[in-house]
Amino acid sequence: MIKLYKLLLLSLTFFVFSLGSAYADPKKVGFIYIGPPGDHGWTYMHDVGRKHMQSQLGDAVTSTYIENVPENADAVRAIRKLASSGHDLIFTTSFNYMDQTLEVAKEFPNVKFEHATGYKRADNVSTYSARFYEGRTISGHIAGHMTKTNTIGYIASFPIPEVVRGINAFYLAASKVNPDIKIKIIWAFTWYDPGKEADAANTLINQGADILVQHTDTFAPCQAAEKAGVLAFGQASNQEEFCPNAHLTAIEDIWGPYYAARAQAVVDGTWSSEDTWDGMAEGMVVMSPYNTKLMPASLIQEAINMEVAIKDGKLHSFEGPIYNQAGELMVAEGEVADDGMLAGMNWYVQGIDGELPQ
Amino acid sequence: MDFELLYGIVKIILIATTPLVFAGIGELVTEKSGVLNLGVEGMMLVGAVTAFVTLVITGNYILAFTFSILSGVIMSSLFAFLVLILMSNQIATGLALTIFGIGLSSMIGKNYIGTPIEGLSPWFFVIFSFVIVFFISYFFYKTKAGLILRAVGESHNSAHALGYGVLKIRFCSIIFGGAMCALAGSYMSICYAPMWQENMTAGRGWIALALVVFATWKPGRILIGAYIFGGVSILQMNFQAWGLSLPGQFFNMAPYLATLIVLVLISSNKLRVKLSAPASLTIPFFKGR
Repeated sequence: MIKLYKLLLLSLTFFVFSLGSAYADPKKVGFIYIGPPGDHGWTYMHDVGRKHMQSQLGDAVTSTYIENVPENADAVRAIRKLASSGHDLIFTTSFNYMDQTLEVAKEFPNVKFEHATGYKRADNVSTYSARFYEGRTISGHIAGHMTKTNTIGYIASFPIPEVVRGINAFYLAASKVNPDIKIKIIWAFTWYDPGKEADAANTLINQGADILVQHTDTFAPCQAAEKAGVLAFGQASNQEEFCPNAHLTAIEDIWGPYYAARAQAVVDGTWSSEDTWDGMAEGMVVMSPYNTKLMPASLIQEAINMEVAIKDGKLHSFEGPIYNQAGELMVAEGEVADDGMLAGMNWYVQGIDGELPQ
Repeated sequence: MDFELLYGIVKIILIATTPLVFAGIGELVTEKSGVLNLGVEGMMLVGAVTAFVTLVITGNYILAFTFSILSGVIMSSLFAFLVLILMSNQIATGLALTIFGIGLSSMIGKNYIGTPIEGLSPWFFVIFSFVIVFFISYFFYKTKAGLILRAVGESHNSAHALGYGVLKIRFCSIIFGGAMCALAGSYMSICYAPMWQENMTAGRGWIALALVVFATWKPGRILIGAYIFGGVSILQMNFQAWGLSLPGQFFNMAPYLATLIVLVLISSNKLRVKLSAPASLTIPFFKGR
């Protein structure tokens, strides 16, 4: 109902807009957002990327976005709306837009689509994602050193490979420096509900967690940590201003250069369907400044060294031997998990309690 | 289980459930007078953003809550004018109020997203939520004014024939509902998760509406329903964190399932619904006849 109203309004806007620009020739780039650009998390960083692209390409492109698009049939309508209103390139920025993106892409073979964090491609559908798990490895290392209760609280969103990979990478790094560490996981089954995220944070703190990790989109958990006097990692963007006495660091998603490059490719006519999965080495994943008030200088140095090692390819988040919960060897000693395994990861590593919801 | 842990769980449940109690009791009073206002979610959001923006500008908590409640009064007056004076359809008008509230709150809050504020302790409001439920319960069943309000909701023609101002009483009930919804919203943006985010109530307005049915229009049962709802959702989080291998999705669904079951149960007992649901609910009142 609400979305329908929004779409009607948007379509009117696009109609007027397309009339006005009928004679100009900038390429139109559209974005589908799961939340509002002001969430200071996931969507916020995509919008920062969009603005970066706009500033890099100037008059060569115009960009629009539709915010708060749910991951259901509404997404089809929203994507189709962009495609049918003359957009040349459309970024769909959430995992569960996957099938919807492909469905619309089939109807509009001349429009280029880019789907974030997915794995299904077509001639006019690329996929792109960032190796956030590299950041989780560094967070895990820090948490392993900083925890006093040996209990980490992890607020997860949905049991998809992206999130599971983050949990595993975090736990592997944390348990390496601190074998006694325990990780408590709450699946919120939402990306975006400040109240629920705060409830989950307070529940984990109440159960003895002294460091919170989140894979949801708002800064509510970080705020809850600040209030309770425990530590936390920010999510997607630097959230230090909301929790200056809790925020250790955050994993920042830097989409701007990628968006600019892909839009440029459309302008130049060189765009082709690709699968991009960049990490720290390419600058798509960046750690926020480490909190010098909370972390000892030696630990900050270790974290920086790890960043360098990951960039150089000397350190991998999933180095064998890695066992799953059942004790089966998943990655042999001396090997690292390949991208195929990482992309489809739907199992916990050994040492994590509880069952992964399927 | 040690006492500290239990105490902590109870605290989280109390904090999480309070907005449901406020919005639920407000809607209950409105419905008792025979008007269904589906604009709860919209009024909560406008209340939340008004409180937040006022607090950021003035730094004064009392002003923040006052303005927030005022915003609820204005929103609900608009609704009351449409359904009582212009006699528009209550369901459609209520839905429109929610859509309007979502848009309006996003617009007002656009420049305030992510502004850090100092949150307020929730405990005054938690206690107040209990007080207001007992007050409403007393008002309904022990005072003449409460009896009149209920009479208006049951049979507005009879109440009118006895000389009671049906529209006036409905107007007041709608405004009370609006004020409580706004209070629920401001509690969310100032105490519960001190921030402004678009759509931050995340469907709690709809849960409050379901609660009124769950409570079979009885004030005391609003408390019971809200705490079952809040309790289950917090307990499932605790189970997850304890690593109990229970399907999380099920527990996430459980509150809604519980509401659904109660809805089925009370609708199968026709007499009970007849006894407790206001007979004039959603029926407009024509003064001329």
